[in-house]
Amino acid sequence: MSFDVPDDRRYLESHEWALETDGVVRVGISDFAQDELGDVVFVELPDVGDDLEAETEFGVVESIKAVSDLYAPVGGEVVAINDDLFDAPELVNEDPFGEGWMLEIEADDPDELEELLTAEEYEDQIA
Amino acid sequence: MPLQTPPLRGIHDERGAKFTEFGGWDMPVEFDSIQTEHAAVREDAGIFDVSHMGQIHVTGPDATELMQRLTSNDVTRLEVGDSQYAAITDEDGIIIDDTVVYRLPDEDDRATYLFVPNAGTDEATHERWIDYRNEWGLEATVDNRTDEYAMFAVQGPNAADLVDGATDDPVSDLERFEARYATIDDVDCWTARTGYTGEDGFELIVPWDAATDIWTAFDCQPCGLGSRDTLRIEAGLLLAGQDFDAEDDPRTPYEAGIGFTVALDTEFVGRDALAEIADAGVDEKLVGFQLIDRGIPRHGYDITTTESRVIGTVTSGTMSPTLEQPIGLGYVPVEYAEPGTTLQVVVRGQSKKARVETTPFIDTV
Repeated sequence: MSFDVPDDRRYLESHEWALETDGVVRVGISDFAQDELGDVVFVELPDVGDDLEAETEFGVVESIKAVSDLYAPVGGEVVAINDDLFDAPELVNEDPFGEGWMLEIEADDPDELEELLTAEEYEDQIA
Repeated sequence: MPLQTPPLRGIHDERGAKFTEFGGWDMPVEFDSIQTEHAAVREDAGIFDVSHMGQIHVTGPDATELMQRLTSNDVTRLEVGDSQYAAITDEDGIIIDDTVVYRLPDEDDRATYLFVPNAGTDEATHERWIDYRNEWGLEATVDNRTDEYAMFAVQGPNAADLVDGATDDPVSDLERFEARYATIDDVDCWTARTGYTGEDGFELIVPWDAATDIWTAFDCQPCGLGSRDTLRIEAGLLLAGQDFDAEDDPRTPYEAGIGFTVALDTEFVGRDALAEIADAGVDEKLVGFQLIDRGIPRHGYDITTTESRVIGTVTSGTMSPTLEQPIGLGYVPVEYAEPGTTLQVVVRGQSKKARVETTPFIDTV
């Protein structure tokens, strides 16, 4: 089975992706992660305005069978959350890199992204 | 210890199943998605490989007495082709396991039974039967046939048509909890109108080496242990090791809501303790509940009063695919067990409002 790993973004070993646009980093989970979880039925996200530290938990995604913590790829302030996921958590399964995004962080230091896995490195990890 | 594998491991793998360890077995947890599989069983039909379940065969002059003294129900009520749900209890009336006891056709004119203990408990159960047989000086042959039989469950409103289509002679005249041998491709399959989903359906106990032929005789949604769990929670059915556990969460049949399996007018291990409890009443019992706030209850989460006093523990929980609501089971003091009572479940440190509901959560057969 092969999974999408778009190379326009960076990845965490814990299967989150991070896509930066003008200092704002959009975050979600990978195609591999959504497949491992199965049907996503619940997402818990921080509030807009919360401060996050890199590589600390920012929320939880639950499928029917599993509970999984979500980790922030970079530190900074939460400037947006995808509240569509509260009513339609299945978006995480259907479109993990698009409509299934989870939150946006105004990065304190966008260079932190450089420390994350490249698409190629992440692909090796899940191979 | 290496995992035991069901005879169909390779076929499931080719079908794209994900696997999980359960009771020492490497079993399919999901073929397509839990919601897809769950919906198939509620609306149409699905087939489960439950070959991890044990099969213990008991026959001989004292087979009935041995079964009677080691299970909580009354096996003398069983005619050939009947089955019953029962608890296996210890001297204190604590549930060690739950099981379905089938009365097979007589062998050598002796009443003969096949019962199905839970995954991973077959060896200990077999030993228990042998030990008590020897202690009581009974004459009975007790065989652990877990490795000789695969077991499939075909469940759902259209299961009867499917099974009728697969067997040489129809079986849909069987009533709930009735069983008989039916042939599929010349193979004798013990075919019982039983299940663990709340739907109509059949369970087939089939020779291990014919497992592939029998499995492929059914053209319906293959289902894994994931949907088996969500289906049984909606139906309010217990899972051994989770909703009761002789070590970690010792419970009597009365607490667990299966007092109907206890035949106090018979003699069995645990009977006297249970008779006392039946008189005195229980302090706690298993209830179903629905979370009103957002969140999903999971095994081990605390249940509290609305004043946040811890009064119990969630034993099973999930997002119900049918109701699209978070539901669960757990033990609470009887004064909090009334349907409609407001409780709280602590999810990651946050109290979520919950309401006690009647079980099953859905309409069942």
